Amino acid sequence: MSLTIPAREPDGVLVPPNRHTAPPAPPFSWRSDRAGLSVLGVGVFVAVLLVPFISASPYLISILTSAMIYVMLALGLNVVVGYAGLLDLGYIAFFAVGAYTSGILTTKFGFTMVAAIPVTIAACILAGIVIGGPTLRLRSDYLAIVTLGFGEIIRITANNLDITGGPSGIHGIPTWAFFGWDFSKGLSIGGVFFNSKIVFYYFVAVVVVVLGVIGISRLSRGKMGRAWKAVRDDEDAAEAMGINTYFTKITAYIIGAVWAGLAGQLMAAHLSAISPNSFQFLYSALILMAVVLGGMGSTPGVIIGALFVSLAPEFLREFSDWRYLLFGVLLVVTMIFRPKGIWPATSAFPWSRDKRLGTGPKPVEQGLDPRDVADLEAAEDGAGRRDHHDH
Amino acid sequence: MAQVLLNGLFVGSFYALVALGYSMVYGIIKLLNFAHGDLYMLGAYIGFVVLTGIPGAAEVASVPALLVLVMIAMLTTGLFGVAIERVAYRPLRWAPRLSVLITAVGMSFTLEYGIRQIFGASPKAYPLRISGGLVSVLGAQISVAQISLMLVAALLMAVLAFYVNRTREGRAMRAIALDSRASTLMGIDVNRTISRVFFVGSALAGAAGVMAGAFYGSIDFMMGFSIGLKAFTAAVIGGIGNLYGAMLGGLTLGLLEAVGTAWVGGEWRDVFSFACLILFLTFRPTGLLGARVVERM
Repeated sequence: MSLTIPAREPDGVLVPPNRHTAPPAPPFSWRSDRAGLSVLGVGVFVAVLLVPFISASPYLISILTSAMIYVMLALGLNVVVGYAGLLDLGYIAFFAVGAYTSGILTTKFGFTMVAAIPVTIAACILAGIVIGGPTLRLRSDYLAIVTLGFGEIIRITANNLDITGGPSGIHGIPTWAFFGWDFSKGLSIGGVFFNSKIVFYYFVAVVVVVLGVIGISRLSRGKMGRAWKAVRDDEDAAEAMGINTYFTKITAYIIGAVWAGLAGQLMAAHLSAISPNSFQFLYSALILMAVVLGGMGSTPGVIIGALFVSLAPEFLREFSDWRYLLFGVLLVVTMIFRPKGIWPATSAFPWSRDKRLGTGPKPVEQGLDPRDVADLEAAEDGAGRRDHHDH
Repeated sequence: MAQVLLNGLFVGSFYALVALGYSMVYGIIKLLNFAHGDLYMLGAYIGFVVLTGIPGAAEVASVPALLVLVMIAMLTTGLFGVAIERVAYRPLRWAPRLSVLITAVGMSFTLEYGIRQIFGASPKAYPLRISGGLVSVLGAQISVAQISLMLVAALLMAVLAFYVNRTREGRAMRAIALDSRASTLMGIDVNRTISRVFFVGSALAGAAGVMAGAFYGSIDFMMGFSIGLKAFTAAVIGGIGNLYGAMLGGLTLGLLEAVGTAWVGGEWRDVFSFACLILFLTFRPTGLLGARVVERM
């Protein structure tokens, strides 16, 4: 006969089971997976900052700035699709809201780019609530189409209104300026003089994206991030555990919207002109591809995915006509043969001390009754094809 | 007003044809076949290939010639639909919904940009134009072509209703939609029936594509995108998974759109129909004819 004793800390303090008690953080170790990712992240950050000192051709810097904007978008969509498990096919709508808000404020109301940031964020939160509010109560597959409809509504509205400049959009969006110092004046850093304005967009984009990466990884490890994943894995079980699933989904939506809005502002400043054509469904699908190819729910994965989607057409010029066809085929092939993407969320470095144990519960939300699966499989070919989709 | 309503009914009959496939596939395997609108586009392009490939085919601009063309396009599009299901959806039938939806988006992209690689990005003029005089109905003008296309659509829907409700295969489809496990126990070949559903649904979309090409006179690789969304809206308005619901929803959406366009202006037409979709999903997600469905559990 055994007796269950409440867990005690070494100093004898009783730890009551409390919902505010965070799971015990493992002691820091250089061999942990998190440390490996941090080292990798800092390394990539330094390398990315050094690029303009090595080669600052306007073309290179321009495509890298666009790639940064894609990374920002993919990070935001990863919260919605990867963490919360909600398929958003109209994600570019939030990008449009951010780009148009900052564009209108700076060209028509005399805001500076920096002063427009809080308004952009507020507009995106509002857009997230307006779009998410009625739709997040729907089942997942309806949600996909409704968000697609919303994306089209935003684009057509931007195309039809006067304040958004109609089909020709907004021109002459000003550059970044900090404390009265304008980027167009140029600056010399470490003996290298940057007269090209474009280099500064790059630096701003790098800083914003790095803050975006850090913010998302911290959010995803916190209470809210754990709630997102719980809702994704089993909504009913999450609700039974006391998670407000509707609120959780809305927060994922809002975080995704804010990230996309900031990306939109980066793009408005980078290109200095925006038009409704930049916000077609095609771009929503491209960002979704970045997230899916990279690995849903995996921050390093979606960064790689975004870089691939944005840079592959530049490096494979002769194939650029084929890229969308290729992306479509890749999407199907990835979902069938490697549904967790290039860098799965559950992966760990080979030297990592963290041996991830389980990889989470099996998803239950399926088209047919899961019990049918075993029967049908056994009846048909006897082969165990179920391990295809163990998550 | 009668003119507006007639135009609405005409557009609505196209929506209904495409919505039927959406609704049938959803009813049987709970999959939103995102690529369904692109099968409509594929049908139009198959008609285009037949017309340009057979010399003299385009000169026979009559309704019987169009019917033969529709038949060919239906058969080919149907086979494409079956192939898509076999290659892309069947391996994922037990996967989470999110995976299958993403695959469907990928399939849609593959079809659209595959066609663009073959035929180019610019719109193609359709070699066959059906024309005819105008008839006056209740003070509104409607062309003979419109009437004959609506009749073809109605005929196809009637055949489909007979097939699903009165034949052995149709009974198998309804059985699987109700309970796939019990259907297997009753000796129904689930995979074959699902293939049949894909064939029928895709064939209807292909028929609509050819007829739209012949009526509007121009096709392009993105023509399926917008109608895919509209057809989904129609399926939801009628009650997704319900055969008569899809027909009713298509006609309703056509009418709503016609009235809405007359009311708020043509440039807001798509905004109006998507707003209808969102309102329906928010306030009556089961649609006009849909039964209440218990979610999971």
